[in-house]
Amino acid sequence: MSTPPVYNFAYLDEQTKRTIRRAILKAIAIPGYQVPFPSREMPMPFGWGTGGVQVTASILGPNDVLKVIDQGADDTTNAVSIRHFFARTAAIATTTRTSEATIIQTRHRIPETPLKDGQILVYQVPIPEPLRFLEPRETETRQMHALADYGLMHVKLYEDIARHGHIATTYAYPVMVDQRYLMDPSPTPKFDNPKMHMSPALQLFGAGREQRIYALPPYTRVLSLDFEDHPFERTRFTAPCALCGATDAYLDEVVTDDRGGRMFVCSDTDYCERRRPARQAGDGGERGHEHR
Amino acid sequence: MYVAVKGGEAAIAAAHELLARERRGDPSIPEISVEQVREQLTLAVNRVMCEASLYDPDLAAQAVLQARGDLIEAIFLLRAYRTTLPRLGYAQPVDTGAMQLRRRISATYKDLPGGQLLGPTFDYTHRLFDPGSPAPAPSEPRGRVQPVAEPTPHVTVLLDREGLIEANATADAKPVGDITRDPLAFPADRDVRLQGLARADEGFLLGLAYSTQRGYGRTHPFAGEIRMGEVEVAFTPEELGFEVPLGRITLTECEMVNQFSGSAHAPPQFTRGYGLAFGHSERKAMVMALLDRALRSQDLGQAAKTPAQDPEFVLSHCDNVQASGFVEHLKLPHYVDFQAELALLRQLRAEWLLARGATCEASEPAPDSDGEAAR
Repeated sequence: MSTPPVYNFAYLDEQTKRTIRRAILKAIAIPGYQVPFPSREMPMPFGWGTGGVQVTASILGPNDVLKVIDQGADDTTNAVSIRHFFARTAAIATTTRTSEATIIQTRHRIPETPLKDGQILVYQVPIPEPLRFLEPRETETRQMHALADYGLMHVKLYEDIARHGHIATTYAYPVMVDQRYLMDPSPTPKFDNPKMHMSPALQLFGAGREQRIYALPPYTRVLSLDFEDHPFERTRFTAPCALCGATDAYLDEVVTDDRGGRMFVCSDTDYCERRRPARQAGDGGERGHEHR
Repeated sequence: MYVAVKGGEAAIAAAHELLARERRGDPSIPEISVEQVREQLTLAVNRVMCEASLYDPDLAAQAVLQARGDLIEAIFLLRAYRTTLPRLGYAQPVDTGAMQLRRRISATYKDLPGGQLLGPTFDYTHRLFDPGSPAPAPSEPRGRVQPVAEPTPHVTVLLDREGLIEANATADAKPVGDITRDPLAFPADRDVRLQGLARADEGFLLGLAYSTQRGYGRTHPFAGEIRMGEVEVAFTPEELGFEVPLGRITLTECEMVNQFSGSAHAPPQFTRGYGLAFGHSERKAMVMALLDRALRSQDLGQAAKTPAQDPEFVLSHCDNVQASGFVEHLKLPHYVDFQAELALLRQLRAEWLLARGATCEASEPAPDSDGEAAR
């Protein structure tokens, strides 16, 4: 072999980053609109967050503090992997604290701790097209967006109500952005949908395999689709978190034995740990600042 | 000058000689041994065993070498050998619940009895070239290397206890189908479909499975569990009447948990998709499970409009030995058929020109530039 390959800051070359930033700027200018971009091969498989990783790589600067979560947790394998990737290729500071991060890359959750002005939340998106499972052809769905023709989605939700008595969509629940574009919030539980509305943080969505970027600028109106007589309902849990007692958080079901034992705990590990300071010292895992 | 083509025999012998030389490559570079392929190209060996339906790592490794790394050719070699083996009988069903686990993950529960065990996986590697060729193996592996000994129930068993997932079909008196002994017939039952998928081309299944994730026959899958490890194979000889262990094989099993909104006949519950493959063949087990579920659409009373939901379409085209054979047969001489087509085409053109010449004689420039004039 010849000389070993050398990789740029945050892996991508600067030209590619500029291209992606242009797509991001366009996405911010047209909230909820899916901007096509020339997605690159990343050193992790498509479907594992390559869209989010490309967005993060393009906006990351040397002074940023990065948090990466998957299923709300910092210690899930893919979150660890992506965090290590940026620590290795960009040598930036990483954190598990929501409040300390300048950029948070996420898969499937929005942190429970409210985001602040100046923070950026980067979503990993598998299927950016909210209409995809109603109409598989891109040529059709792009036309529907152009005409704001979203009758198909309303009919789907209506059919849910006719069949089950309520809307039977629990995650990737479609939202209307600034009264114009129908948008897929990525497969976050619908519990998280209200957090997108008028958020002070910039929200960026990257879909690598599908080559799309879309965005919600700070303080954008984001409403979950519903009907006057069947208003949107947020998922509620009957019991509090078994570890921190939170009643306002999204909970994971953990199987404790093979005799039907279950416990429910916060999916947002940072939120849960901050709420139980007494237990913080002992229980291992990655926490606090990891300066690299 | 015309020379009657009679040199076939000499040409074939020369081609085989060239092939052998190409296969060997630069003779100044040491030749790879079968053992090296078996130990260091394990995943290629596994794929060949899977799609050839024969568990024999040594032969599969030899096939990969002999086929110059063309895995479909290697699969073909191994299949052509397998088919000559006498069928002594059928093993007892293997118990994957008793698998000695080297890898076990669930995407549906963060933690569960038996735990999550990553094992040897590419999953969280970064696809960056290591400086110098592949990193040397660490001398002392970190963490758990002994297979898991504690009982590790299938995730679907946990769901089953609450009735949240459809019950597995119970064994009936009907013997399990075998498409290597009986011709494939439609409609095909699930046992036959699963066998077809198990030996199907991974790439073909991958594309079809992917199409279901992109809206062409969606099945809402969750990877309930993927496990890999060793299971014991046992056989009951008729003359003995009791089970005799034959040995251990490595298997990868995938159980997909799929959404299903219920129908007139069934209450809402999760449905299943099942995949099982020889060796550590995770992608194969997963796409098999996705397609098993997609192919059950009609049985579950769902509309089946896409290719991945059509058993006849999938099963008739998923076998790469059949497919590559038929595609590549186009390289064979077709002189006779082609001659017949040539004659017909000439006749049709003459008729067309005649008819056209008769109607617009005046405006037509020359009969041989008809192609241009027709546009």
